[in-house]
Amino acid sequence: MKPKAADKLATGIIVFFALLIVAVLLGMLGFILFRGLSHISWDFLTSEPQTIREGGGIGPQLFNSLYLLILTMIITIPLGLGAGIYMAEYAKPNKLTDAIRLIVEVLSSFPSIVVGLFGLLVVVQQFDFGFSLFSGAIVLTIFNMPLMVRVTEQAFRSVPKEQKEAGLAMGLSKWKIITSILFPVALPIIVTGTILAAGRVFGEAAALLFTAGMTTPHINFSDWNPLHHNSPLNPFRPAETLAVHIWKVNSEGLAPDAAQIAAGASAVLVILVLIFNLLARWLGRALYRKFTSIK
Amino acid sequence: MTDTLRTENLKVYYGEHEAVKGIDMTFAEQSVTALIGPSGCGKSTFLRSLNRMNDEIPGSRQTGNIWIGDKDINSSETDVTVLRQKIGMVWQRPNPFYKSIYENIAFGPKYHGIKNRKQLDQIVEDSLRKAALWDEVKDRLHTSALSLSGGQQQRLCIARALSVNPDILLLDEPASALDPISTSKIEELIGELKKSLTIVIVTHNMQQAARVSDFTAYFYLGSLMEYNETSIIFTNPSKPNTQEYISGRFG
Amino acid sequence: MKSNQDTPLLLRKHRTEEWIGRGYTTICVLFLIVIIISIVYFVATKGISTFAINNVSLSDFLFGSTWSPDDNKFGALPFIYGSFLTSLLAAVIASPLSVCAALFMTEIVPSWGKKLLQPVIELLAGIPSVVYGFIGLSILVPFMRDTFPGQGIGVAAGAIVLSIMILPTITSIATDALGALPRNLKEASYGLGATRWQTIYGVIIPTVLPSILTGVVLGMARAFGEALAVQMVIGNAPHIPTSLFESASTLTSVITLNMSNTVMGSVQNNALWSMAMILMLMTFVFVFVVRLLERRHKL
Repeated sequence: MKPKAADKLATGIIVFFALLIVAVLLGMLGFILFRGLSHISWDFLTSEPQTIREGGGIGPQLFNSLYLLILTMIITIPLGLGAGIYMAEYAKPNKLTDAIRLIVEVLSSFPSIVVGLFGLLVVVQQFDFGFSLFSGAIVLTIFNMPLMVRVTEQAFRSVPKEQKEAGLAMGLSKWKIITSILFPVALPIIVTGTILAAGRVFGEAAALLFTAGMTTPHINFSDWNPLHHNSPLNPFRPAETLAVHIWKVNSEGLAPDAAQIAAGASAVLVILVLIFNLLARWLGRALYRKFTSIK
Repeated sequence: MTDTLRTENLKVYYGEHEAVKGIDMTFAEQSVTALIGPSGCGKSTFLRSLNRMNDEIPGSRQTGNIWIGDKDINSSETDVTVLRQKIGMVWQRPNPFYKSIYENIAFGPKYHGIKNRKQLDQIVEDSLRKAALWDEVKDRLHTSALSLSGGQQQRLCIARALSVNPDILLLDEPASALDPISTSKIEELIGELKKSLTIVIVTHNMQQAARVSDFTAYFYLGSLMEYNETSIIFTNPSKPNTQEYISGRFG
Repeated sequence: MKSNQDTPLLLRKHRTEEWIGRGYTTICVLFLIVIIISIVYFVATKGISTFAINNVSLSDFLFGSTWSPDDNKFGALPFIYGSFLTSLLAAVIASPLSVCAALFMTEIVPSWGKKLLQPVIELLAGIPSVVYGFIGLSILVPFMRDTFPGQGIGVAAGAIVLSIMILPTITSIATDALGALPRNLKEASYGLGATRWQTIYGVIIPTVLPSILTGVVLGMARAFGEALAVQMVIGNAPHIPTSLFESASTLTSVITLNMSNTVMGSVQNNALWSMAMILMLMTFVFVFVVRLLERRHKL
């Protein structure tokens, strides 16, 4: 009977811990949504933050986060795709390729704050881009690129090799095969991976403290000329993102409703990350169905 | 037109291993040549070397000459792109592109510079007709090629190979992944196609070789053991090894 | 296709395309290489200047326990200690939980365990670190304050927050390893009349141990480099803590708090860069260990 009893006990413990993890997640989500949703209103989402008084919003921060994400993806996607395609299709199995693989691994393990410091030193100061959306986008690109490379490489490797052979036998150039035959097949995986990576970028704060900055100058939301100083689209202005704002409110917030603002902003952040997750899954599946027309 | 396909002392190496050991062969035009032999005898490698698909395998190289008429396509001066337009290929497992039926066929001609929509429509129809698939798919040309059955997919792949007007068609066990009905359709098709093409087919199926081919080449351990008219190979082979293989004693 | 004057044109197009593809992808890879070289170069130059230019002794920096820039004392031991302590503790808390979660998905209820836990793990991985910090500050810290001695903030709070953050890393690697086990391995054990736990304990865990360790090391690497969530709950006192419920600091938290309050080029600022250099060197160590474990796993 003893082994049987041990078996039951062990199973019980495993189930308990597994359910504990579920409970922790549900507890955290519940807390965030319960505390945060009540604070979310149209006014909160669109108005400017207040330093000392009550009733500040997160309008500029929300905009900054979304805009920074778009800027980052504009830089990351072409670079990540290119490097991933290189790894999947052009790299020969030799020392150089091993070295590049190691680089990708190291780069993806770098603490984001170290990448942020590098951005501060090189992009913000050396190249004199200052605390700006552009500096932030560069740093987030560095932070995000290893993931994009890996996703792209995996996606291309998952394409059946017969597809490539068919293209070769038709006398297509390798590049034409990559862009016209392999890429459409790889696209669903790439899209899913990219959106998930975007969610990660969206929540990143440590790398941005010293690059995109912790302040937002007054933005004139009626001026959409990116070249104008006060335009929201000006990529060379400082921009505090939502994640950075949450950190700042928590560590040095003076407003009396700082806790509520942090909760509201956290809820917005979590909901957006959730949306990214669902979108990634849905879009990946929809694209897969479209390309294979498997009903 | 003397664009006869001929190999001269063709050798293929994978690293140090000599997989194909100096083959001299001349393929009769407008006829079907079957390559048979036990697994690992080099027949598939030999077939792939004819349109230089082995170029894509790291560590492989091939020496000797492959003549089409008076042009050596195994020389480094010959661009594989041009060569591969003249030689179509179909594999064991159907591999249509993840595109519509129409796009699968029109893709090659488009790449080679045909932009005119009417001309493309015509090529698609002609190719599908030649592959005996037109009647089955003419109403759904713009649905995905992956919605077709395995046998239809394989005929689509043949149509795709025909779309760029090749002189030679290489078939690597084209029916081995298909059911008997689809297989007989493919065999029928081969008989039809040889009227205008030189066809080389690798097969494991002796009956199939006997049914579809005019000439048969028996490979063993990377060498060409025997090459003759199919009827002679199957009724009166000159080597005992050939006899044993054909009668199913090994392989 | 038979017309010969088309051929050179096609050839040229073909060559151009090859050239574009090769060129474009190579540039992207070069970008990666340039980035990593410049990160290592710049962080190392800045980090070394503390010792080379400002003449702070390396041993004082590594083993000095007093951080007091006003008195010219740059002992970083409290932070190094804090980083190691929190990430080790986080791994100690998270590892058993993660292995249980992985076993739950693959061995206990393979039918629906994955459907339940997989999304949970993915969501845990997706929650931004500042949100973890905020939750830690709002729930965990008050709870610790009421339950244990001290102010609630401190090493324990930091380690717990980190453990939840690294849980997904260890769990997903452990789950993959368990899922990749050959069937007959388990069947052989069950065939001998072993119970499920005996099979897990005696056959499964030993087989996948290198993979689980890989996950643990990757999790620790993440914990070691995590900045804001820890900084928000650890208290940020520049001392070596004497209890788990005492305020402390980590390398990342000190950098986060002081980088913008110090002048570039000052000793204090350079000392922060030296800490960044330690973070970077530790990344190399973690990657190296992971590679070692993976090599062992392959044998």
